[in-house]
Amino acid sequence: MKVTLNGEWTQIPDNIIFVSDVLKHYKIHDKVVVVEVNGGILSKLEHQSTRLADKDRIEIVHFVGGG
Amino acid sequence: MLKIGPLSFHSRLLLGTGKYPSFDIQKQAVEVSEAEILTFAVRRMNIFEASQPNFLEQLETNKYTLLPNTAGAKTAAEAVRIAKLAKASGLCDMIKVEVIGCDKTLLPDPIETLKATEELVKEGFIVLPYTSDDVVLARKLQEAGCHAVMPGASPIGSGQGIINPVNLQFIIEQAVVPVIVDAGIGSPADSAYAMELGADAVLLNTAVSAAKDPVKMAKAMKLAIEAGRLGYEAGRIEKKRYATASSPKEGMSIR
Repeated sequence: MKVTLNGEWTQIPDNIIFVSDVLKHYKIHDKVVVVEVNGGILSKLEHQSTRLADKDRIEIVHFVGGG
Repeated sequence: MLKIGPLSFHSRLLLGTGKYPSFDIQKQAVEVSEAEILTFAVRRMNIFEASQPNFLEQLETNKYTLLPNTAGAKTAAEAVRIAKLAKASGLCDMIKVEVIGCDKTLLPDPIETLKATEELVKEGFIVLPYTSDDVVLARKLQEAGCHAVMPGASPIGSGQGIINPVNLQFIIEQAVVPVIVDAGIGSPADSAYAMELGADAVLLNTAVSAAKDPVKMAKAMKLAIEAGRLGYEAGRIEKKRYATASSPKEGMSIR
């Protein structure tokens, strides 16, 4: 399927079903990240239960240095 | 002890984590500063190049209270979204509300800051708004239920120090929550001055991260803040126009 991933129109493999699969695909599943799908913020637990669909808007954010 | 909402801290220095020359220097600076609260920002991850190290991985995060900021937000709605993203990490429920209203001075938008504070207090966050040195706004933020007010000493990253000590003192005198002087600190003297004015804590970043020796400066800031606090508690003498002798006038052996 094709999704908007951090603002980029991206083709992701067909075996990706859940948000947690996206994190594994990009090898960021063991990092501190927060995911938003179509404007809704997910808790960590919801990563494994949230199914993705074609044309979803996914935002993956993390913490960076700041004041 | 510094008390913010339900939390207590020994250290009165809140340290920012931006712009250090390296992760190693940052880690050392954080350690010697003895800061217990660290600020950071929320940003899009570069997932297509995710192997890059992240500063959080270099720190034992369970040793610190993490204070994410809403930097990048220009409206209350954007600040609330960033706060919720940060909280969803499960690492923190404190938030530094930072809604910038002017790109050149990086001064906060007072109206959006107040709106965001009201909303986030309702949502159950521990809310620390970064504000200008406006005395009335500081009061209104407290009425909105914020857990500390954080007036700037001078523009962010400017290193100008405290440019309006009068307003800062008014804010401190009227405060019912901790006052944390945030932004614009340049030197240890600035930090000590803020504490001598009666501030409860100081939040700084660039003054340490951009110093020639950030680790040494982190230590200097820690000591300055402790010295300033002790001086405030001890109560300084009044200023007089003329001299007052320190040695007794009686029993002099010279005529």
